[in-house]
Amino acid sequence: MLYAALSIAAVSFIYPFIWMIGAALAPMHEISGMVIWPVHPGWGNFKYMIAKIPILHSLMNSLLLASITTSLVLITGSTVGYALAKMRFRGRQTIFYVIVFTMSLPFQITLIPNYITMVNLHLVDTFLALILPFAVSAFAVLMFRQAFQGLPQALIDAARMDGCSEWRIIFTVLWPNIKPVIVTVAILTFIGSWNEVLWPLIVIRNENLMTMPQLVTLFAVGGRADSQLGVKIAAAVLLALPVMIAFLFFQKHFISSMASTGLKD
Amino acid sequence: MGLTKSKNTSFRRKQLLPYLLVSPYLIFVSVFVIFPVLFCFFLTFHKWNIIAPMRFIGTENYARLIHDRLFWKAIGNTLKFLSLHIPLQLVISLFLAQLLNQKIRAASFFRASFFMPVIVSGVVITILWQQLYGFDNGMINRLLAVVGISKKGWLVNPDLAIYSIAIMATWKNLGLYVILFLVGLQTVPEQYYEAAKMEGANSWQRFFHITLPMINPTIFMVVVLSTIGGFSLFIEPYIMTSGGPLNQTLSAVLYIYKQAFQYYNMGYSATLGFFYAIMIMTVVILQKRFIEKEG
Repeated sequence: MLYAALSIAAVSFIYPFIWMIGAALAPMHEISGMVIWPVHPGWGNFKYMIAKIPILHSLMNSLLLASITTSLVLITGSTVGYALAKMRFRGRQTIFYVIVFTMSLPFQITLIPNYITMVNLHLVDTFLALILPFAVSAFAVLMFRQAFQGLPQALIDAARMDGCSEWRIIFTVLWPNIKPVIVTVAILTFIGSWNEVLWPLIVIRNENLMTMPQLVTLFAVGGRADSQLGVKIAAAVLLALPVMIAFLFFQKHFISSMASTGLKD
Repeated sequence: MGLTKSKNTSFRRKQLLPYLLVSPYLIFVSVFVIFPVLFCFFLTFHKWNIIAPMRFIGTENYARLIHDRLFWKAIGNTLKFLSLHIPLQLVISLFLAQLLNQKIRAASFFRASFFMPVIVSGVVITILWQQLYGFDNGMINRLLAVVGISKKGWLVNPDLAIYSIAIMATWKNLGLYVILFLVGLQTVPEQYYEAAKMEGANSWQRFFHITLPMINPTIFMVVVLSTIGGFSLFIEPYIMTSGGPLNQTLSAVLYIYKQAFQYYNMGYSATLGFFYAIMIMTVVILQKRFIEKEG
C-alpha cells in the first residue's frame, strides 16, 4: 500500500520527463499522447533547431554566466560574511539588519528601476547587465556569516601570527573548514542563475548574448519553431539536460542545498 | 580595547579593513536595492516612456491603478491560483513526506524523483505541461478518457486555465516541500508518539494532536514560500497562454512586464510594482501572524 502510493507518485514525476525525451527524438507524425519511445528515433528535431537558432551558443553563454556569477557570489559572500562574523566595527549590526530586511523585499519593486539603471549605464545588451545585479547575494552573505561564526577565533589568530593577510585567511585557512556551505551556496547560485529568465528577457535583445532559457522561451512563444512540436520539445530537453545530469550525480548535495533555502530564518 | 593612541598606518589599515571587506555588499545594496526602491517611489509620480523627458503627474498613476480593471483581474487571478496551489501543495507534500518518513526501501530514489522538477527550469516544465494539457493529444486528457472522463480544455477554457497552471506549479515545487516537511517531521521527538500510543491515541489523533502542532513552523514556511512563488508567477503564463484566454491567466508580474516593455509606461509600471511589493509584504506578515496565533 505504502509502496503503491509512492510508486504512483514517482511515476507521475518521472514519466513526463521520459516522454519529453522520447518526443524530442520522434519525427513529427509520431508525437502523440502516451507513446513513450518513438518507433523511428532520430536527431531531426535537434538539427532543425540548431539550424534555426544559436542554441549551442546560448548554452555556452549560460554556462559562462552561471560560472562567473557563482564565483562572484562565493567571493563577495565570504568577504562580507567574514567581516560581519569575525570583526568588530561600527555599523556592523546595522548592515546585518539591512541584509535581513532587503532579503524580504519582493523583486517586483526593483525590477523596473534596475532596468532603467542598466539603460543609464549603457549596459543593456551586455553580459555585465546579467552579472552585476546577481554578483552579491544577501543569502550567501548570511550563510557565510553563520558558517564563519561557528569557527574558533584561534584559527584566525594563529594564521595572523604567521603573517597571513585577511584575504588568505578567508580563502586558504577558513574555506577548507566550511566546504558544505560553499557547496550549498554554489549549487543554489548556479541553478538560480541557470534558470533565471525574466531578467534576461528584459535586458538582452541581441540573440548572440541570450541565455539558454531566454532563447528557448522566445523560440517557444515566437513563430520560429514553425509550430513543430518536436523542435520545441527538443529545445526544452537541451535546456533541462545539463541540470538533470548534474542532479543525477550530486543528488544529495542538491537536495540538502535546496532544503536550506527554506531554513534561513 | 584602548589602542586609541596608536596612529601608525597598520592600525589605520586595520580599522579600514572591515569596511573594505563589506564594501561589495554596500555598493551592491546601494545601487541595486536602496536606490531602486527610492527611484521606484519617485517614478510613481511621473509619466515616462524612457525616450521623452519625464513628466510630473502627481498621484495620477495611483488613481489609474485603483481603476485599472486588468490589474485587479491579475491580482484576482493570483488569488485564484493560490487558493488551489497552497492547499494542494500542503496536503500532497505532507502526505508524501509522511510516507517517506517511515523506514522504507529506495527512499532516496523516491525523494530524487519528486525533486527532479524542482531544479529544472520553469521554461522546460511549462513547455512540457503545455503538451500534457493538449486538448486532443495531451497525455492528461487521454488518461482521463481511459477512466471515462470527457476531455477538458485545460488551457483554453477560461474558467479552468489558471487552475491548470496552479496544478502544474504544484507538481514543479512539490519535491522541495516534501523535503522541508521531512526535515520538520524528523524534529518531532519519538517519545511523544510513544506516549500517545500508550494513552490509546490512534494514528489520526496522533497526526492532528502531535505532528501538526509540532511542524507548525514548517507549515508556515511552505505557505509563505508558495505565496511568494505564486505572486511571482510570470514565465508560466508568458509561455503557455500569454495571459489568455480572456486575461484569465494574466499574472501581476506579467502585467507589470507588459506595461513596461510593450507599452513603455515606465512610471505606471513602477507604480504597479511598488504597490504590488507592499501588498506581498503585507500578506506575508498577516500569514505569519495568523499561523503563530493558530499554533
